[in-house]
Amino acid sequence: MKKIVTALAAAGLMLAGVAAYALAAEEGEGHSEAEPTHFPILHPEQESWSFAGPFGTYDKAQLQRGLKVYKEVCSACHSMKLVPFRELEGLGYSEAQVKAFAAGYTIQDGPNDEGEMFERPGKPSDYFPSPYPNDETAAISNNGAAPPDMSLLAKARGVERGFPTFIFDIFTQYAEGGPDYIHSLLTGYNHQPPAGMQIAEGTHYNPYFIGGKSLAMPDPLSDGVVTYDDGSPQTVDQYSRDVSAFLMYVAEPHLEERKKTGFRVMIFLILFGALVYLTKRKVWAGVAH
Amino acid sequence: MSGGHSTYTPKTGIERWFDARMPLPRLVYDSFVAYPVPRNLNYAWTFGGILSIMLVAQILTGIVLAMHYTSDTTLAFGSVEKIVRDVNSGWLLRYLHSNGASFFFIAVYIHIFRGLFYGSYKAPRELLWVLGCIIYLLMMATGFMGYVLPWGQMSFWGATVITGFFTAIPLVGDWIQQLLLGGFAVDNPTLNRFFALHYLLPFMIAGVVVLHVWALHVTGQNNPTGIEVKSKTDTVAFTPYATIKDGFGMVVFLFFLAYFVFYIPNYLGHPDNYTQANPLKTPAHIVPEWYFLPFYAILRAITFNIGPINSKLGGVLAMFGAIAVLFVVPWLDTSKVRSAVYRPWYKLFFWLFVVDCVLLGWLGSRPAEGAYVAMAQVCTLFYFAFFLIVMPVLGLIETPRRIPNSITEAVLEKNKGAHVALPAGAASPEAKV
Repeated sequence: MKKIVTALAAAGLMLAGVAAYALAAEEGEGHSEAEPTHFPILHPEQESWSFAGPFGTYDKAQLQRGLKVYKEVCSACHSMKLVPFRELEGLGYSEAQVKAFAAGYTIQDGPNDEGEMFERPGKPSDYFPSPYPNDETAAISNNGAAPPDMSLLAKARGVERGFPTFIFDIFTQYAEGGPDYIHSLLTGYNHQPPAGMQIAEGTHYNPYFIGGKSLAMPDPLSDGVVTYDDGSPQTVDQYSRDVSAFLMYVAEPHLEERKKTGFRVMIFLILFGALVYLTKRKVWAGVAH
Repeated sequence: MSGGHSTYTPKTGIERWFDARMPLPRLVYDSFVAYPVPRNLNYAWTFGGILSIMLVAQILTGIVLAMHYTSDTTLAFGSVEKIVRDVNSGWLLRYLHSNGASFFFIAVYIHIFRGLFYGSYKAPRELLWVLGCIIYLLMMATGFMGYVLPWGQMSFWGATVITGFFTAIPLVGDWIQQLLLGGFAVDNPTLNRFFALHYLLPFMIAGVVVLHVWALHVTGQNNPTGIEVKSKTDTVAFTPYATIKDGFGMVVFLFFLAYFVFYIPNYLGHPDNYTQANPLKTPAHIVPEWYFLPFYAILRAITFNIGPINSKLGGVLAMFGAIAVLFVVPWLDTSKVRSAVYRPWYKLFFWLFVVDCVLLGWLGSRPAEGAYVAMAQVCTLFYFAFFLIVMPVLGLIETPRRIPNSITEAVLEKNKGAHVALPAGAASPEAKV
């Protein structure tokens, strides 16, 4: 019996050893500077967001600035086809303002009574029109890589957090991996590739890119490219921050409602749980168990 | 039930009318009010009740989601987004359903480990255990098909990989895969049949749950001591004792579920599933839902050929074997003692097995390369050794600790020194120490 346990303890130790080795091996591989095998090369910087945490809310002014960045920069290539104009009311715009904003777009509609397609100004119920008629055109116009749709981008991107961070994330309620990634990527173009690294032609080095060492999209932002009328700094950092927050909103428009409802549900469950527990104590009071 | 006679006496005219024609009130009374449960059940025993409400919750949210969902490859992804954005409380329904599936599995894993720890599978509860294994298998099929429905990248590629397993089976493999897919690749027919089956299987689960509960009520519940109920002092009435304790367990469980649903609803999902399925673009790492990861690790651990069995078939056999071995657990364990409380060595091996399963889960999420493969192989070896070597051998050579004569004696020993009252209505003194 003793022997079995000793053998088992040895096996356990070996397992721990293997685990340590595996972790070390993984760390080591990332350090091969010129030809890394694990992406992204750099983990996204963790920013502070107004919508993080149990009481997080969107900063409406920031979302409005983010919309401006999307409209003037991103929308040239990136569609947002799951998002209707009416969703912009969540940015603090009135119904009339949304109506006016939608009317600024031309939407193809039809066929009409004569069987013809026609163009008309957008309505709040319309969805953001796409810059390309189809994915194939989008790809051929962009060096073969179709720019991803942005409706859900803030939830569709996230870099693995690794052990043990992913466990702490439960308690810190970290759910901003998407916006952190987008912000880091947009501000990450100023990094220079290490000596000896081969960058494919027509692609641009960015250590934060999740799919490789470089991506087809060139640095889309530069200081002053979008004019803010609320006095916010017109810098790449601020633009990326604002557009990341905006993309989080369009991906998760019910976030505030969700967290608000959640707080009430938690309070209810705590109170109800306490009552049930006291009742349980009373019921079992006379019974040893 | 529980072999005893019914203690139900209809009090009103309506009750008497029903009792003479279809004694449903009697069935409910005997099963959920008067039904005797061991007085020493701990909170690990609340997971049966928790699983029942999770099944009901999943069916209810699922039916409403199905009213808004479209099972067409060109529309499915958008229809799920429409639910989240435009349907009243659609975001809540969707997150409840997706996180509910995960918590369903958390509960079932605790429930299964509880059974393994306290020897709940041993005679006369073998059939109860086997029915539970069938439920678990149905849950896995349901969970897998449900994950395909949103038609994201992981949905599509997960379905491609998992249905691909079947091609490893000699002779009939390709035929089985094509039958599952309704074609040669995951496409519209696949999505449609998965939706139909995802709607059907929960009701089959509910059916097997009825059998599971029936079998339970015939044999009675196991308990932390593993000693059979011998007298009335060993038990308390289901209501109010078990009802209120289960109720508290459920509220605590719902608290954890609500925390995930309202604060980190996408924590247990994969970001890639927020990108619409694209058959031309393979994700960097294809991983199944977290609750399948241990089996995924076992599948990928077999990297070598064994005689005529190539590594692919070997992996598939190991993975299905890992589930199949659960079905024969009642006949693998040779110990006369049920509960690990009185089995010091089994207790040790049990906890090592739990660690092993968690480790396998983590390895399943890692790429199958380098040291991870070796680790997965060691863990897979221990997984099978636990069932096929430790369970049969330990029962023969282990010296169990002294076992109390009855549940009542165990309870009194535990509460030594304190004034101990017996449960109301349990006055028979024959089981006194």
